[in-house]
Amino acid sequence: MLQDIPHGFYFILSGILFTIGAIGAITRRNAIVIFMCIELMLNAVNLAFITAGNALSSMDGAVFVFFIMTVAAVEAAVGLAIFITIFRLKGTINADEVNLLKG
Amino acid sequence: MVVTIPEFAFRWIIPEIIVAVCALAVLLIEVFSGTRNSRRFSAFLALFGACLALYVTLALWNQQEDIFYNLYTIDDFGTFFKVVFLVITALITILSLRYTERGEIPFGEYYALLLFGLLGMMIMVSSNNFITIFVGLEIMSISLYVLCGLLAGNLKSAEASFKYFLLGAFATAFLLYGMAFVYATTGSLDIAEIADYVLSGDFYLTPMFMAGIAFLIAGFGFKTASVPFHMWTPDVYEGAPTPVTAFMATGVKAASFGAFLRVFYTALLPFMEGWSGILWVIAVLTMTVGNITALVQDNVKRMLAYSSIAHAGYILIALVTGDRALSSSVLYYLMAYTFMNIGAFTVVILLGKKGEENTDIEHYAGLAKRYPFLAFCMSIFLLSLAGFPPLAGFMGKFYVFSAAVKAEYYGLAVIGVLNSAVAFYYYLRVMMYMYFRESEMPSEEINLSFAYMLVIVISAWALIHMGIFPRDFLLLARKSVDIFI
Repeated sequence: MLQDIPHGFYFILSGILFTIGAIGAITRRNAIVIFMCIELMLNAVNLAFITAGNALSSMDGAVFVFFIMTVAAVEAAVGLAIFITIFRLKGTINADEVNLLKG
Repeated sequence: MVVTIPEFAFRWIIPEIIVAVCALAVLLIEVFSGTRNSRRFSAFLALFGACLALYVTLALWNQQEDIFYNLYTIDDFGTFFKVVFLVITALITILSLRYTERGEIPFGEYYALLLFGLLGMMIMVSSNNFITIFVGLEIMSISLYVLCGLLAGNLKSAEASFKYFLLGAFATAFLLYGMAFVYATTGSLDIAEIADYVLSGDFYLTPMFMAGIAFLIAGFGFKTASVPFHMWTPDVYEGAPTPVTAFMATGVKAASFGAFLRVFYTALLPFMEGWSGILWVIAVLTMTVGNITALVQDNVKRMLAYSSIAHAGYILIALVTGDRALSSSVLYYLMAYTFMNIGAFTVVILLGKKGEENTDIEHYAGLAKRYPFLAFCMSIFLLSLAGFPPLAGFMGKFYVFSAAVKAEYYGLAVIGVLNSAVAFYYYLRVMMYMYFRESEMPSEEINLSFAYMLVIVISAWALIHMGIFPRDFLLLARKSVDIFI
């Protein structure tokens, strides 16, 4: 059933997801939401890799996805720790209010 | 299917293994005895690991081997970069000895993270495959996200880490999407196989492939701090602890340029006309924006951040040419750039004290009267950054610009020379403050400890040596890029 859907559609879906994620990461102000948008972008990448691997009958794409998922988990761990540090010092994780450095 | 990895493959990655083992040992030491003395021991362990790995890496020179099913490769290009990274890490460890004891970074993990960052860089430049490049890049980046925020209770440092993390993760997504597109159109993640496919004749230029290249440029451009992907650089460089800033400005930049060069000169070279135009624009923008913005900075650390953006622009000039032999100037430039930046940042560290970084240009006023030797060394670093003969910075710029002329990119060379003329202003301004201004602030004692002076003297000596006798270093760089030919 899923095999009947042309690969192009998957790539289009991945493109749409990536764009939503990118726009969200740029326009949103809450750090957690920005981070969720970045995760969405990574998932769009995963979809593109799986589709490409499927279309090419190659395992490389699927293998890459495992690496991306692992790294995304690591990034989440480090990122949330950084957000907590900011929140402790400043009381907010709104990206607009974290603006000590500029010039 | 049983996958076997021949045991002898591991002997090629002994430097990486040494670095990883030392990093884990430092972590264990911190867990089981987190005292002041144990931290000093950790620092020496990190230094020892870097030196030992350097010794082993030097033995790999002239060796060529693809290992782990072509995921990883040992060649002179990678070895050259690894030597540079190991020297950088050794210098940063030495100067961190005092910096951490000043009480600003009370964590032993600092050295472990430095070593993990180093490990990531080493993996990145030796990778033959998108997967390993990505894994190396992430090991490096994630260590650095944490390193930036290590100043305990300092909001600026936390903010630097916050910004670097969000923008870094964003850029990683772009890099990965680029890799996905290139994989989808060429059917391989191995950069040598991609090159074969592109040359094979079955290849048609599709919009998807073009988009993939654009995303790759965006991803690498972010890590190398090129305009328009440079927004994070000044903030992060200013907020991060100064040794980490030096590490980022030299090591991370060199590693990103290494991977950039390998991907674009191996996998995508047959297809040069597609990307060299984009890089041309990025190079011009990077130089110009970096230099013009640096002109108005009163904070020396921030000025050095903008100057590092400008230097990325000069390096990109050589990348634009697409000529494999000329790309050796990138390697020479990166090596010279390492020493001038580490030296300059060490002086910046020396002028600060706990809680106060004293990076304002006013703090440099009258430095020559109080500490003539320090001011003299700082002048060497600044003049080298500006590109004043006979220092290494001049030779680096000379090779880069002559590469542009040889490849008949005359416009690019002219813009580059004009830019480096502009750059003289802000470097000389700091020197002017050091030598001709009276200090209006109460003068503070500077702790000229042996560790700092060692780094400063090594850097200054390296700059003079590489400037006067550039030939040996240039030959090494030439030999390293032979893999592209």
